[in-house]
Amino acid sequence: MASITHSSPHKLRRVFVWQLPVRVYHWLNALAIVALCITGYFIGNPPALLSGAEASDRYLFGWIRFVHFVAAYIFFFNFLFRIYWGFVGNKYADWKNFIPTNKKFFQEIWQVLSIDIFLKKNKEHMSVGHNALAGLVYFFTFIAFMVQCITGFALYANMSDWWFADLFIWASWLFGHDDFALRNWHHATMWFFIVFAMVHVYLVFYHDYVEGRGETSSIVGGWKFIDEEAFHKDQQDTAEWEVKKKGRAIR
Amino acid sequence: MISKPTHRPTYYEELRQKGYSRRDFMKFCSMIGAYLGLEASGIAQVANALQKTSRVPVIWLHFQECTCCSESFIRSSHPIVADIILDKISLDYTETLMAASGHQAEAAMHKTMQDFNGEYILCVEGSVPTAEDGVYCCIGGKSAMQILDEAAAGAKAIIAWGSCACNGCVQAAKPNPTRATPIHKLVKGKPIIKVPGCPPIGEVMAGVIVHVITFGRLPELDRVGRPKAFYSKRVHDTCYRRPFYDAGLFVETFDDENAQKGYCLYKVGCKGPMTYNACGVTKWNNGTSYPIQSGHGCFGCSEENFWDNGPIYRQMANFPGFGIEADADKIGMVAAGATAVGIAAHAIATNFRKAKLIDDLIHEGKDAEKEL
Repeated sequence: MASITHSSPHKLRRVFVWQLPVRVYHWLNALAIVALCITGYFIGNPPALLSGAEASDRYLFGWIRFVHFVAAYIFFFNFLFRIYWGFVGNKYADWKNFIPTNKKFFQEIWQVLSIDIFLKKNKEHMSVGHNALAGLVYFFTFIAFMVQCITGFALYANMSDWWFADLFIWASWLFGHDDFALRNWHHATMWFFIVFAMVHVYLVFYHDYVEGRGETSSIVGGWKFIDEEAFHKDQQDTAEWEVKKKGRAIR
Repeated sequence: MISKPTHRPTYYEELRQKGYSRRDFMKFCSMIGAYLGLEASGIAQVANALQKTSRVPVIWLHFQECTCCSESFIRSSHPIVADIILDKISLDYTETLMAASGHQAEAAMHKTMQDFNGEYILCVEGSVPTAEDGVYCCIGGKSAMQILDEAAAGAKAIIAWGSCACNGCVQAAKPNPTRATPIHKLVKGKPIIKVPGCPPIGEVMAGVIVHVITFGRLPELDRVGRPKAFYSKRVHDTCYRRPFYDAGLFVETFDDENAQKGYCLYKVGCKGPMTYNACGVTKWNNGTSYPIQSGHGCFGCSEENFWDNGPIYRQMANFPGFGIEADADKIGMVAAGATAVGIAAHAIATNFRKAKLIDDLIHEGKDAEKEL
């Protein structure tokens, strides 16, 4: 996708980028992560509360843990759904957005780095769905999702009567049956999510502020705005993507 | 010297000879059955087995250890426990308690190994140093490794007593100068029961031995190799202070009011939530107490690497590779702080570097307003 310097007025076209399942996934995921980080932080560092009440009248920490476990289940199955959608969704949801499979992917990463991160003067990068750098970073977050799910459910397995959590018990073996280390890594990985969320939200603000193409509202309604020229390019890409996808389906 | 008797007395016969009554014997069977989690009919099985089977020869080796496992065992709540195994008759070789010494003792061990090849149970207390050809632990001119190899070859099963034999305990903590190694990493092809703890609970040790005698096979083991009957529950889940944990009421320091009230010790480093052991149920010293009951958190002595997952008195462990006093939260907060600074710098720089773009956008907007 081209990087263009604009002096003439933009002529914008509207593109439907984020399908409803993608948007629902995004917000469920965001809510689950916020809930998991807050409750998870408290599980690691319980607040000091002084209370005259009897222990039998209180269940605060029990609730904190309960919320953590419920959110964990939502987070996990929501994540599984997103992986599935990477195979059946539209071009912008396709799994190929996240895993570098060709040279073009790396070229675009470099473009995004120089324009949006190192702030090449008065340039902007036109992408419709995820840009390549964002895609790769999301791939890393998916790995972090996996790490959290595996370590989390491995810690949870012995509290659970359901066979599901037992599926993750091998993670304890990976850590040499050292549940202290398992727990420590689970807690440390939480900070990846916190740092990610900070950068993620900032970059949404950045794109909307610099480009004015409806970045923020796109994850609510699904629509983005894009320059005429880039729009036609994107239409072409979409057509090619559909042909390839059909080809795959037939084979 | 022990000679191989033609008729080896059964456990029951030996106990009667020692003056225990039938009633004492049945009490012992009931008690051990309860510890093993057997139903009422299982207790009859225990009694039956101890009456019919002649005693199983036991060789008990001591390597890098402090003998706290033996100490714990001889203090288990029922006197028969000690008599049944740790008596000089039942136990063919153990450095600490046998009457023989020197060459006599060595000869006794070898005789047992020959006469009962494939029948005896090998109990190992302590880890084996493997650095410098094992010079750090030698007995009778042989290294621990040599002794273990010899003894393990003819053993029916091996019981690894205590954390030293199961995971190396304190001598295997970083940097592990003698390369202390747990038994399961050295002996292959033999059934090994791990009974970790520093020390393990005496009743648990007795229960494991009685299980092997009664049923003639190993108890059901968990994923680490510990008997499920005693190591399937977390100390946390059987803790009488658990309601305070669920209520969110914690001891903040050992001398505060919350400590007096007996609140949960989680925040002063209790490792009960990651530790599998029977302390909360069986307790110690005739069921008198256990660490948490005396106001000190569990420090996870039956778990792998518990010495390297300090500090003992903090809930969050140190994060590897970041020096002391650096837990995951401290590192995370620094990372988040650095990110916030980076974001702020980027935001400011954006306003300079992209000034024209932003300006264009504003003009476009104003022009569009006019067209309306």
